[in-house]
Amino acid sequence: MKLNRRIFLGATAVSLAAPMVNAGGHGKPRVVVVGGGAGGATAARYIAKDSKGEIDVTLIEPSRTYYTCFFSNLYLGGFKTIDDIGHTYGNLASNHGVNVVHDWAVGVDRGQKTVTLAGGASVPYDKLILSPGIDFVEGSVPGWDLSAQNAMPHAYKAGSQTELLKAQIAAMPEGGTYVMVAPPNPYRCPPGPYERVSMVAHQLKANNPTAKIIIADPKPKFSKQGLFEEGWQNHYGGMIERIGPDFGGENVTVDPGAMTVNIDGEVIQADVCNVIPAMKAGRIAELAGVTDGSWAPVNAIDMSTKADPDVHVLGDASQQGDMPKSGFSANSQAKVCANAVRGALTGSRVFPAKFSNTCWSLIDTNDGVKVGATYEATDEKIAKIDGFVSQTGEDAALRKATYEESEGWYSGITADMFS
Amino acid sequence: MMRVLIALWLAMVAMSAAGAEQLGDPKEGQRVFKSQCSSCHMVGEGSRNRIGPHLNGVVGRAVASLDGVKYSKSLRRLGAEGLEWRLNTLDAYIADPKVFARGTRMNYRGLKNEEQRSDLLAYLQTYSANTVKMVQTNAPQEGTADVTMEEQGYSVAPDILAIVGDVEYGAYLASECLTCHKMDGTGDGIPSITNWPADDFVLAMHAYKDKVRPHPVMQMMAGRLNDEEIAALAAYFETLGN
Ligand SMILES: Cc1cc2nc3c(=O)[nH]c(=O)nc-3n(C[C@H](O)[C@H](O)[C@H](O)COP(=O)(O)OP(=O)(O)OC[C@H]3O[C@@H](n4cnc5c(N)ncnc54)[C@H](O)[C@@H]3O)c2cc1C
Repeated sequence: MKLNRRIFLGATAVSLAAPMVNAGGHGKPRVVVVGGGAGGATAARYIAKDSKGEIDVTLIEPSRTYYTCFFSNLYLGGFKTIDDIGHTYGNLASNHGVNVVHDWAVGVDRGQKTVTLAGGASVPYDKLILSPGIDFVEGSVPGWDLSAQNAMPHAYKAGSQTELLKAQIAAMPEGGTYVMVAPPNPYRCPPGPYERVSMVAHQLKANNPTAKIIIADPKPKFSKQGLFEEGWQNHYGGMIERIGPDFGGENVTVDPGAMTVNIDGEVIQADVCNVIPAMKAGRIAELAGVTDGSWAPVNAIDMSTKADPDVHVLGDASQQGDMPKSGFSANSQAKVCANAVRGALTGSRVFPAKFSNTCWSLIDTNDGVKVGATYEATDEKIAKIDGFVSQTGEDAALRKATYEESEGWYSGITADMFS
Repeated sequence: MMRVLIALWLAMVAMSAAGAEQLGDPKEGQRVFKSQCSSCHMVGEGSRNRIGPHLNGVVGRAVASLDGVKYSKSLRRLGAEGLEWRLNTLDAYIADPKVFARGTRMNYRGLKNEEQRSDLLAYLQTYSANTVKMVQTNAPQEGTADVTMEEQGYSVAPDILAIVGDVEYGAYLASECLTCHKMDGTGDGIPSITNWPADDFVLAMHAYKDKVRPHPVMQMMAGRLNDEEIAALAAYFETLGN
């Protein structure tokens, strides 16, 4: 069955139905990417790299340094420094010719096909890719709004918020109380809050062993629950208490002034209160008019929005089906999208969409676990094919190897975004 | 300038590696070889070039001199300068490959333990007849590389190995691998997959797909690739860095 190359192409390459936009009166085709995170940086890099100058790529991102949310919990646990998780955009410009603009996108005119920047400029596009991550749903935790984020940090966008939370943990009085208000589904990084609790416990065990951690959780169950609960028992016995919805964990209000948390009528005085509110797509997706409810529905085959075939949404902001909102997922979706966008603009070959995800979490030193799955594009959504999860009771050597693997992954994905 | 630097540094290498002249125990060295080298190199009868060159006759061989091996520029330059693999140069290289030749393709973090290095060199020397003194040993006679699944009785049908991989499709598929495996071939915790001979790559992926090779992520990733896709990936990764 030595394959005839032509037959093989016919069988698997997706044919190009859409006409090529090409140099329709304005020179090179133009792609504008909004948001230089896991989805956006990857998409910009791949389109620029693979089109070898045939496509003009502009990346709009306000921050000069992107702090990855992934491994930000390990920073809280003392396993990484803040510099370890900071990345800059220099290579995207110098190695691949991406035009990096440090500004906010504040509007999208889909009729004119332009993006407006806070600085006033208007940037034209043939294809627009939005990967703005998340914003918080106002009023989802009564008493909390963005103006309270210094008293009660979310640390769910990494950087100064994460540093603030770490400083607050270090300043907790002996035997103090850390309260986490966990988010409802769907939210970025399903195991994220629980890995965070593990890392906070790791710090407290070393520096403040009589301190307590309380999680108020609106969800009846959560990602890798069995693994986390086993790990908490083994490493931090008694320090962590989770209040699920059966005990009123979904009925929470906070008072940032008094630093109190009211869980179903019981008032707790907190020393640190980490509020992770309900989430929705980054606001620019809504401003572009491509959201329906909280998220932007997309076609699985190329991540184009249901609202507009020339506007794609990647990562956390998209509503795509079965993939969790993770950096790995956003990176995976970005490559499928990049291949499709390049094909549409230059006629290059477009291959079948393939997606995958693996999320590693660290429970304590050298105690790593993981969960992952592969996905395919169906007419309806990104659909799960196959998956796996670490098992409870695994031996220490395997857990250590899993942690080391996560370090390899971190180095790999950040190179895949920024090198 | 370059020449002077190299000469200077060779003098340093020669001094620091003096210990290696006291050859170690080749039997121990065989164990070191198995655990540290054999996933990329073969030595002994029937050896061939794999991810790295075969090591028969390496002691006394000019650096970067075998046909059909993709050497880095760094090693080729050293070879062109006339450098030979001797016990002292090998010792320095194995101790810290990237210090010895910054651009080397050998993705090995180095063997710090001096005794193990000298055992290893003693073992390699038994396959290098043209050097200083022969060491008596009853080291095994066949090739000992264990990277392929072949020796564990795993194989795939010849028509699968014969598929000509579509490199462009491979490049697209590879983008999924690159979330974890680095393009530059470095990596701790996640192995390097660049520059593998295509057959070894195909065999390894099919072994994951058939759940013969253990690793849940790789079994899952390989599980949804068809024969042509695996061939495409193998073809692409083999070309990387050329
Ligand atoms: C604590 C924590 C731990 C996590 N751990 C993991 C993990 O281990 N593994 C994993 O895979 N994922 C993890 N994640 C999830 C991961 O961080 C996100 O899923 C991922 O970053 C999503 O990528 P994105 O491109 O959608 O958004 P982001 O990476 O958030 O990028 C969005 C970017 O858009 C920019 N932006 C927003 N609005 C605008 C605008 N109007 N104009 C211009 N730019 C704008 C922002 O500045 C930002 O840089 C974790 C998340 C958290 C919070």
